[in-house]
Amino acid sequence: MTRHTLSVLVENKAGLLVRVAGLFARRGFNIDSLAVGPTEHEEISRMTIVVNCEDRPLEQVTKQLNRLVNVLKIVELDPAAAVQRELLLVKVRADLETRSRVLETVTLFRAKVVDVAPDAVTVEATGNKDKLEALIRVLQPFGIKELVQSGMVAVGRGGRSITDRSLRPVERSA
Amino acid sequence: MTEQTTPTGHLPSPRDLAARVGGGGAVPPASAAPSGPPPGQTGPQPGPHARPPGGQHPEQEATAPPAVIPRQVTGAQALILALEQLGTEVVFGLPGGAILPAYDPLLDSARVRHVLVRHEQGAGHAATGYAQATGRVGVCMATSGPGATNLVTPIADAYMDSVPVVAITGQVSTSLIGTDGFQEADISGITLPITKHNFLVTQAGDIARTIGEAFHLASTGRPGPVLVDIAKDALQSTTEFRWPVPFDLPGYHPVTRPHSRQVREAARMIAAARRPVLYVGGGVIKARAHAELKELAELTGAPVVTTLMARGAFPDSHPQHLGMPGMHGTVAAVGALQKSDLIVALGTRFDDRVTGRLDSFAPDARIVHADIDPAEISKNRHADVPIVGDCRDVITELIGAVTAEREKGEGEPADLAAWWAQLDGWRRTYPLGYEQPGDGSLSPQYVIERIGKIAGPDAVYVAGVGQHQMWAAQFISYENPATWLNSGGLGTMGYAVPAAMGAKTGRPDACVWAIDGDGCFQMTNQELATCALEGIPVKVAIINNGNLGMVRQWQTLFYNERYSNTDLHPQAGQATSAGTRVPDFVKLAEAYGCVGLRCASAGDVDDVIEQAMKIEDRPVVVDFIVHRDAMVWPMVAAGTGNDDIKVARDMAPDWEAEGE
Repeated sequence: MTRHTLSVLVENKAGLLVRVAGLFARRGFNIDSLAVGPTEHEEISRMTIVVNCEDRPLEQVTKQLNRLVNVLKIVELDPAAAVQRELLLVKVRADLETRSRVLETVTLFRAKVVDVAPDAVTVEATGNKDKLEALIRVLQPFGIKELVQSGMVAVGRGGRSITDRSLRPVERSA
Repeated sequence: MTEQTTPTGHLPSPRDLAARVGGGGAVPPASAAPSGPPPGQTGPQPGPHARPPGGQHPEQEATAPPAVIPRQVTGAQALILALEQLGTEVVFGLPGGAILPAYDPLLDSARVRHVLVRHEQGAGHAATGYAQATGRVGVCMATSGPGATNLVTPIADAYMDSVPVVAITGQVSTSLIGTDGFQEADISGITLPITKHNFLVTQAGDIARTIGEAFHLASTGRPGPVLVDIAKDALQSTTEFRWPVPFDLPGYHPVTRPHSRQVREAARMIAAARRPVLYVGGGVIKARAHAELKELAELTGAPVVTTLMARGAFPDSHPQHLGMPGMHGTVAAVGALQKSDLIVALGTRFDDRVTGRLDSFAPDARIVHADIDPAEISKNRHADVPIVGDCRDVITELIGAVTAEREKGEGEPADLAAWWAQLDGWRRTYPLGYEQPGDGSLSPQYVIERIGKIAGPDAVYVAGVGQHQMWAAQFISYENPATWLNSGGLGTMGYAVPAAMGAKTGRPDACVWAIDGDGCFQMTNQELATCALEGIPVKVAIINNGNLGMVRQWQTLFYNERYSNTDLHPQAGQATSAGTRVPDFVKLAEAYGCVGLRCASAGDVDDVIEQAMKIEDRPVVVDFIVHRDAMVWPMVAAGTGNDDIKVARDMAPDWEAEGE
């Protein structure tokens, strides 16, 4: 099994997430991670979907996704040629005694503290999966009170955009 | 980056999308034709889709409908006007609270006929039968909640068989959506997995465009059902009606033209094959490619097998036709696929009922797979040569490419004599057949065979699901496309009567026979009332064995003859005693305003069928009392491979002995 990162451009319409998620569920494909948000075009949203499967099932995934009328384009991002990021917010136990060591770890990982309380700090970090896992491992001994993580978002390196290449009008009417 | 786009690689432009914002600058002004038909005063001219069956593709042939002057109407009027503009001649439906506004302007429409069904499921199957018999989009309409959920079965049925159907449902008013309002059901959510696409419309201004898009989606590419759910307040509020309207479908680009390099590769493989088979599916009928198929078959000399959905795509009388493959296919058709070295699959999807166990299906065959839906290619069986395209375009180009191969001199017509000797051997030794019951009771296969002979190849045959369906696929000779309608993918018992009603509505001059089982018939026979009252004189043959026959057959073969809940008769063993019939189908038919006939002996079969054929003014129901132990053969048991086909119980064909 290989991890594949798909960037999916979709029309920003109600129920779109259900269409995509439902398709994965009903065809028996597992989603590792899914993130969705707006793009530079108001009417287009972009989903980053990470799936864990062989190449042949992946072909089925993309073909089935392409069948959805609201799906505009699917691009598989090569990890070597793409920037991949996840966001992590973690609340770590930190009292007077341990706080300085926690902050040291935070600095090492180029993360930042976004909230401080007498007994805890909340740390924000972005990075790829490996970096965030390493950070969690190092923070673990202090005591993790709460942890929340986003799905991965990714963008191809270089000057090209996956949205501009085929931005051309098509005339259709009844 | 690996790009995986739709083959045309199109992305929306802001121009495409501006149309969505309702009357945005990108919407071209409607042309100023002076004579748009005002609502309610439209003449009975045929719409752009009204054309005899067997004609061109609607999309290819459609002439632009007359432009209309933009004017203020209600959402409900916009809906009916859009249906008129799209050439809808009939809507099957049943009103209720949320769809009520739409029924008011419908009363005034001179172009759109509404057939009032007795159950929404009947409306859905009628729309499907209409679409399958005519090639046009079938339309059904229901109210919110239970009305809409009653459409779920026929929508799923149309989805599995790729039938162009538009289902219009009323929805509770926008302010009530999500509140568990009276008769509220999230029908667009419910039908997500069983529609090609669906819409929830909450603005009157979106109705006309959405209906246009729904017709376009349903009828182009791989056809399928599209549901349009319209909130009641959207039907009631006012909007400006414009036609034509630009579509807003930036992500929809079906590929119809095949890739010429793939076609040439397929042609080379055809020229080189020694044991080729043309494996033909329902896509050939949907693409109206039967004439092209015949040409390709005769050009290549290859044997043809037609799936359950493709019966009629190639004449049964043609010497190259081996019949139907699959679980109940002929030995020759099943054997041809199994022993083939090249399968040319046209508009078909390697369904499990055709392949049997996939790992033992056609082990030596290379695969050319042509389908309009890229997702079908290599889904079940890897395709060596994938071709995405409309079957008519694909076959036409294949004919050209095969001819070109020949002219190059390298591709002399392959010598298929040895292959044909083997195929003819199987055909001779294992023809389709059946035994007459020893007790003098009526054989179901005989009844179906006689109906086919007497009604002939121009009649339309509509089956339910089960033994009678398989026998109707086996023992009626189909010569023409769109003369055999059935529920293939979903296997919906209860399909036959309403689908026959739809077929007869679309083709009033054709003789339409529903061949139904007594189990199936009891699921949807309420539509006989609709047929009687609306003047839709279908003919129904009930193949009455008093049992859920196909299930019983499996119990006989795989459950030690333990007949759990398959006997529909209150007193088993007295099936021929007329006094114990519940229900009495003859009386039931008469109660519905139809002619009811009964036949229980072989000697009367022809007379009764002739009698039914003469009745033109009312629906006819013939209750054929048949033997309950008849079984469908040949059979590939579920979970086994095609090599394990049985021609009768415990009787396997001897593949090698009948070789050359």
